[in-house]
Amino acid sequence: MLAVVGGLFIFEVIALAYGEQPAAVLGDLWAGTWGTGYGIGQVLFKTTPLIFTGLSVGVAFRAGLFNIGAEGQAVLGALAVGVVGSSLPESTPAVVAVPLCIGAGFAAGAAWGVVPGMLKARFGAHEVITTIMLNFVAMAISSWLVVTWLVVPETLHTRAIIEPARIWRLEAFIPGFRGSPANAAFVLGLLVAAAMSWVLFRTRVGYDLRALGLAPAAAEYGGVLVKRMTVLAMGLAGGLAGLVGTNFVLGYKYYHEEGFSAGVGFLGIAVALLGRSHPVGIVLAAMLFGTLSQGGLAINALVPKETMEILQAVIILVVAAAAGISSRRRLQA
Amino acid sequence: MINCDLPVQALRISVPYVLAALGGVVSERSGVINIGLEGMMLLGAFGTVVGTLMTGSPLAGLGFGLLAGLLLAAVHATATGVFRADHIVSGLAINLLAAGATRVLLKRLYHSSSNSPRIEGITSLVTGHGLLALLAHPLVWVTVGLVAGVWWLLNRTVLGLRLSSVGEHPEAAAAAGLRVLRLRAIGVMMSGMLAGMSGAWLAFDQHQFTDGMSGGRGYIALAAMIFGKWRPVPAAAACILFGSAEAIQMALQGGSAGIPVQLVQTLPYVLTLVALAGAIGRARPPAAVGRPYP
Repeated sequence: MLAVVGGLFIFEVIALAYGEQPAAVLGDLWAGTWGTGYGIGQVLFKTTPLIFTGLSVGVAFRAGLFNIGAEGQAVLGALAVGVVGSSLPESTPAVVAVPLCIGAGFAAGAAWGVVPGMLKARFGAHEVITTIMLNFVAMAISSWLVVTWLVVPETLHTRAIIEPARIWRLEAFIPGFRGSPANAAFVLGLLVAAAMSWVLFRTRVGYDLRALGLAPAAAEYGGVLVKRMTVLAMGLAGGLAGLVGTNFVLGYKYYHEEGFSAGVGFLGIAVALLGRSHPVGIVLAAMLFGTLSQGGLAINALVPKETMEILQAVIILVVAAAAGISSRRRLQA
Repeated sequence: MINCDLPVQALRISVPYVLAALGGVVSERSGVINIGLEGMMLLGAFGTVVGTLMTGSPLAGLGFGLLAGLLLAAVHATATGVFRADHIVSGLAINLLAAGATRVLLKRLYHSSSNSPRIEGITSLVTGHGLLALLAHPLVWVTVGLVAGVWWLLNRTVLGLRLSSVGEHPEAAAAAGLRVLRLRAIGVMMSGMLAGMSGAWLAFDQHQFTDGMSGGRGYIALAAMIFGKWRPVPAAAACILFGSAEAIQMALQGGSAGIPVQLVQTLPYVLTLVALAGAIGRARPPAAVGRPYP
C-alpha cells in the first residue's frame, strides 16, 4: 500500500514535470485500463504472464530459493509450446492438442529450472547467479534454434501452431473485450494459482517445501530430503514460468517469436514480492503490474510510457525496503 | 571505424567489463551484492553523454558519468543498508529504474527514443585505430591503474581490510568498532563510480548514447567477478578472456566457421556455470555477502 502511494507520488512529480495535470494523467490511466472493456482485456492479457512468473518466483521463495531464471524458463517454455503446437498433425483434436502444448511448456520450463536446482544441490552453486547465467543461455538457445531451424523465412518467428491447439479468446464470451488479446490462458493462470495454493498449504510436499524455506536445518532434521526438495522446487518454479507461453503462443500470436517475453521474468520477482509469495497475493500483484504496463500505453500521449518503468522500479524498491524494515522489527521483538 | 585487428577488438570489448567487474568486486567484498551494475553502467553512459553535450568537455562528461553511477549506488546502498532491502531485489529495481529513467530523459532532452546526438569521446594520444592508438588511450591506462589500485586497496590498505571484514563477518567487524553500514556504503559507492566509468567508456566508444546500450554487460562483469573468485586481478583476467572470446566470435562472423554465433555468445555464462560447479576449485563468495546488517 505504502509502495503504491510512494509510486503515485513519484508519478505525480513526473507528470508535473511534463506540465500535465496529474489528475488528467491518472484519468487517462484509468480510462485506458479499467475504464473500458477493451482496456480490461488488455490488462488481463498483460497480467497473465505475470501470474505465471510470479507464481514461479513465489514457489521458489517459499522454499528459500531465489529464482531469477523465470525469464529463461519462460522463453524455453514458449519455444516448446510453439514447436509442439506446430508439429502436431492438423487433425489432432483440441482435447489432446491443448493439454499437450501446455504440458510441453511446463516440461521445458521445468527442465530449465531443474538445472540450477541440481547445481545448487550437488555443488552448492548459488541459484541467483546460475539462474542469471542460464537466462542468457536459454535466450541464446532459443535464438539459435529459431534462426537456424524453425524460422519462417522473412520473419523472426516459428511456424504457426495448428488450429485445434489455439485456445479461446475471452472476447468470444465477453463481448466487451472485443479486440483485446485476453484469452483462456488467464483462466489457466487462475486455476494454476488455486492449484499452487492447494499444493503449498494442503499437501505434504507443500509443507516440506515451506519448511525448507522457513527453517532449513529444522526441515532436514524433520526428514525433508533437502537436496531433492531443492531440485523439485526449482523444477516446479521453472515449469510454472514455462506456462507463460500459453498466453502468447496458444492464445494470441499462435507462434513463438524472438524476444516476446521482455522482462516478464524480472517483473515476476516484483509480483511475488508484492504478493508475499501467496498465490492470491500474486494474482492481485500481477494485476497491478499488468495495469501499470497497459497504463503506460494509455498515458503515452501526455507522459512517456517509460514513466511506468520508473514507477514499477520505485514500487519494487519501496516493497523491498518495507520488507527489510519489518524483518528487523521481528528481529528485535 | 570497424577494425579487424583481433587484439584491439578484444581489448576494446574488455575495458568496460574490467571496470564493472572491479565495481562488483569492491561491492561484494564489502558484503553487498550488486546486480545493479548493469543499471549503473547504463545511467553512467547516459550521464557521460549529457555531461559532454552540456559542457563540451569529455572530461567533464566522464565526471557526470561517475556521478550518475554514484547516484544509483547511493540508492542501492540506502535501500540495502538503512532499509535492509534484499540486495538482489534492490539491484534489479535499480536496473529497471535506470532503463526507465534513461528512456524518459532521452525523449525529454533529445526527443528521441533510440539515441542521443553524437559526442566526441576522450581521444587517444595517438591518432588512428590500431593497437598503438588503443594502448595510448588514457582510459585504458586508467583502467589498468584501477585494477592495480583495487588490488592495493583490498590487500594493502586499512580501508580495504575493513571493507573485507564487514563483508566476511559484520558482527565481528562491528564489535571491533567499525561502522558496518558506512563501510558497506563506501564499497557500493565505489562500485557505482566504477560502473559509471564503464558506461562512460561505452558512450565514448560509440560516440553517443543508445537505448539499452549496456546490453547485459553488467551481468557479464558479474560473471567475470565470480569467475575471478571475487578478486580484482583474476576478475580482470576473466574479463579479458570473455572479451577475447567475443572478439573471436565477431571475427568469425565475418568468415564462417560453422559455429553458431548465438552459442559462442553464451561462452562467458557457460564458463561461469562450470566455475560455479567447482571445476576450477571452489568459488567462495564473501561469507556475509547479501546478508543485511544489523
